[in-house]
Amino acid sequence: MRLPPRLSLRDPLPWALAALMLLVLGLPSSKPLFAALFPALDRPLYEQDSFVALLWAHAGIVLLSSAAAGVIGIAAGVFVTRAVGREFRPLVETLVAIGQTVPPVAVLAIAVPLIGFGAWPALIALALYGLLPIVRATVAGLESVPQAALEAADGAGMTAMQRLWRIELPLALPVLLAGVRTSVIINIGTATIASTVGAKSLGSPIIVGLSGFNTAYVIQGALVVGLLAIATDLLFARAGSRLEHWKRA
Amino acid sequence: MIELQAVGKAFGATQAVDGVSLTIERGEFVVLIGPSGSGKSTLLKMINRLVEHDRGKILFLGAEIRSFRPEDIRRRMGYAIQSTGLFPHWSVARNIATVPELLGWPAPRIAARVDELLTLLGLEPQAYRGRYPHQLSGGQQQRVGVARALAADPEALLMDEPFGALDPITRQTLQDELAHIHRASGKTIVLVTHDIDEALRLATRIVLLDRGRIVQAGTPAQLLAQPATDFVSDFIGRTDLGLRLLGLQTVAERVRAGGLAEGTAIAATLSLRDALSLFVERHVDQLPVVDAQGRAVGALHFADLLGPQR
Repeated sequence: MRLPPRLSLRDPLPWALAALMLLVLGLPSSKPLFAALFPALDRPLYEQDSFVALLWAHAGIVLLSSAAAGVIGIAAGVFVTRAVGREFRPLVETLVAIGQTVPPVAVLAIAVPLIGFGAWPALIALALYGLLPIVRATVAGLESVPQAALEAADGAGMTAMQRLWRIELPLALPVLLAGVRTSVIINIGTATIASTVGAKSLGSPIIVGLSGFNTAYVIQGALVVGLLAIATDLLFARAGSRLEHWKRA
Repeated sequence: MIELQAVGKAFGATQAVDGVSLTIERGEFVVLIGPSGSGKSTLLKMINRLVEHDRGKILFLGAEIRSFRPEDIRRRMGYAIQSTGLFPHWSVARNIATVPELLGWPAPRIAARVDELLTLLGLEPQAYRGRYPHQLSGGQQQRVGVARALAADPEALLMDEPFGALDPITRQTLQDELAHIHRASGKTIVLVTHDIDEALRLATRIVLLDRGRIVQAGTPAQLLAQPATDFVSDFIGRTDLGLRLLGLQTVAERVRAGGLAEGTAIAATLSLRDALSLFVERHVDQLPVVDAQGRAVGALHFADLLGPQR
């Protein structure tokens, strides 16, 4: 058995994680740098909240909304590929497409009057927005399972559930995970809008910066969001490469 | 063991299977053959309820197949298909263990059975158990497919063109092995093919289908000697008829005791068709014959190929 080169210097994942940590911990002491870059600004560093707290809050919003999108999206994708749900496939696909066509900001505008300010409207908007790639990928993944494997599973006497869990989902997983990855990465960027409705996130410095013409704030928030997205993407790449171990055997 | 009574199945306006009645006895090797669209695959899949029949009755061991849960009846009949349908993310061992696992066999029993089957199909267990399907050749994959179908010691074996995608040499080797398994285990086998030579080589009974109906059912010799209609003769192939008849008989049936012929001896189990080929190739009119133990039993004379007049 070959061990993966865990600590190779060429592996970008540890570098991205280290950069993210350095940035978040180092930003509080970067005041002189931003002061030099933006001499016109009175307050060149965002200090209302610590970046560590913002990162946690942001990650929490992304995790919750992506988990909801994942559970609902995968369930919907499985449902429309079953015999009972096949008829609903166009309907479900249209609905999730609408979910992505309507900008999350518009969903917030509708949700806030109904359920008030805070994290909830943001979570709902983000979950809706993230559904489409997951449903599409689930359907595509399940459809990529070889017909012969399905016939063999039926012929061997698997029940529909056994076939789904033992054959279909494991074989669909790589494609499915790619959809979740897309959804989560989009979500990390979009979650910044949560700050417009009073939820704390890495969007806070960006929103405050934009409304107060403070470019330094915008850059600080955007840098952290960008690095978080890159690190997460690399994590997914790592997980994905582990999935199809049987192909490399 | 399996009884079909006036069974029919329509897909939309097309009648895929149209009033087929057929009784398959325990231990028979029945080959369903016919051109594309003759309904042979549909007929096979109705036996394990992968396709539900819409007319007539199908009995398994005397009971209507609809009285079983589909999963139960499928676990009692092995099933092998052309493209093998091996699960790509499972090792060879786990693929073979599919049905025993569904039946809840204890792990040591499954492991022992997997090794037994790998050995039976000529795959060294130590070397192949842990491999994945994509690491196997087409022939090896099909061996695993057959092993998987046999795993839970099913009462019947259903095979849908199992060797259709293999090269001729591998196909013949696997046919020989399947024939051997059939003789050794006495299992009831129903196999679908469009290859008449495969049918003649394997079947104890051939069922020739056309447009959803049985045209003729009988032993290979009956089909060759007494084709019921022109369709049967056409399907068997008029030009190769003689060769195919020879292919059904072995040297042992025509050998003359005593007499010493020159050259390398041939096995008594060889088909007369292969023997004819050797006569021509070696340019002789007698071939020495030995039995399975290598003892000389006599000679085959070219003139005897024709046999007694029919």
